[in-house]
Amino acid sequence: MRFPKELKYTKDHEWLRLEGGVATVGITDHAQGALGDIVYVDLPKVGKELKVGDTFGVVESIKAVSDLYAPATGKVVEINSALAGDPAQINRDPHSGAWMIKLAIAAEPQGLMDADAYTAYVASLK
Amino acid sequence: MSHPPAQAKRTALYDEHLRLGGRMIDFGGWDLPVQYSGVMDEHLACRKAAGIFDVSHMGEIHVEGPEAETFLNDLLTNNVTQVAVGQAQYSAMCFDHGGCVDDLILYKRAPDRFLVVVNASNDAKDFEWMQSVWSRKNYRCTLSHQSSKYSQIAVQGPQAQAIVQKITALPLASIETYWFQEGTVCGDTLALLARTGYTGEDGFEIYVPWEAGPAVWRALFEAGAPLGLKPCGLGARDTLRLEMKYPLYGNELGASIHPLEAGLGWVTKLNKPNDFVGKAALVSAKAQAPARTLVGLRMLDRGIPRHGYPVFDASGLTPVGEVTSGTQSPSLGQAIAIAFVPPALSAVGTRITVDIRGTKVAAEVVSTPFYKRS
Repeated sequence: MRFPKELKYTKDHEWLRLEGGVATVGITDHAQGALGDIVYVDLPKVGKELKVGDTFGVVESIKAVSDLYAPATGKVVEINSALAGDPAQINRDPHSGAWMIKLAIAAEPQGLMDADAYTAYVASLK
Repeated sequence: MSHPPAQAKRTALYDEHLRLGGRMIDFGGWDLPVQYSGVMDEHLACRKAAGIFDVSHMGEIHVEGPEAETFLNDLLTNNVTQVAVGQAQYSAMCFDHGGCVDDLILYKRAPDRFLVVVNASNDAKDFEWMQSVWSRKNYRCTLSHQSSKYSQIAVQGPQAQAIVQKITALPLASIETYWFQEGTVCGDTLALLARTGYTGEDGFEIYVPWEAGPAVWRALFEAGAPLGLKPCGLGARDTLRLEMKYPLYGNELGASIHPLEAGLGWVTKLNKPNDFVGKAALVSAKAQAPARTLVGLRMLDRGIPRHGYPVFDASGLTPVGEVTSGTQSPSLGQAIAIAFVPPALSAVGTRITVDIRGTKVAAEVVSTPFYKRS
């Protein structure tokens, strides 16, 4: 499993792409693999204010329901509405095309992992 | 998803599952694959070609002796007298209060020899219950727990017969649904081959000695791979049975659910002469208007109903029942559920709502099975 160098990662298996005050958020390849076939995704409305750790949505595989946790505090400025019609894109392209939300953030959150640290973290879970 | 505890039991096919990339989970104390390639892929392979399932965790109990049939007729809701040698029968086993101990399949191997196959999670409880019912009259028959002696492999799907025929000389085309034959597979391995299953597809459940499991599994795999056979885990087993509205113990069946409300009236023979365990309670339940019945639901708006989610009437204001099982149906591409509702809301086309984590989502009652074989 390869985790892109340009992304940051959380222990809840979300990734962030940080670009000029906007954090693009998705779930990692590890997370989609653990979930299995994803058949449903629920995302927040644009404009919603989130705090770190808030539940911002839900992904469901055939077997299980998993909450999505906000990896940063900020306001939702865009959602990937194409995912509702094609949730399996999260399985196919988790780190890029299947981004979920964009958050306008005031400050970069603390405690994020880089790709190497996240790779080691995932390995430690096995 | 829980990680298998160290003491979880392994079937004889454990190494095969690891070799095939199975993702192992704890299921009723057994370390079994929930999936290999993915639930969707496995489910559709079973519907379109064939799936192979390790169901060795199921419990096997031998009931043998001159009063074996009498005992089973006193124990079970279905009429065992109607079963011929070589035939199988689906049945429920109840407590005296009418609640379900389990659902099961019995196989009549001889006039005085039956194989009873029960759910893995209920194996020990069922055997104890059978012994306790036996002791009420000290029937002239023996009960022996044989679960650790059998490997059980299911091959299900439109290609099942073609695949299984490659490992046996038994004339499979002559075995009707819910009948079986005993003979050999893979040369000289003793086997019971039954045209039964839990998927809604044609197929076989094959009982072989425990230690023969891996060789038979590999032979079936070799025979089936060119025909599209794929290994299927517990995930696909659940979605396949759900599309057929087959009950699952713990969801649609349980000690607090009696077989009439679980849709098992067709195997509950209140008119048979035997005063079977639970009959009095079921007769009185039948005399009253039932409080609830199991229906199939199709979601009309976005959302996947799950086990335990509350069901409301169409207005969303009055709670009326509960989802027993729900999923995204791989065959239909839409969310479906089995739910308890009052009989007044059970007609096909009735609008209701399901509370999906706080949001009331519209659904309607549909005819079942959800999936109809073409």
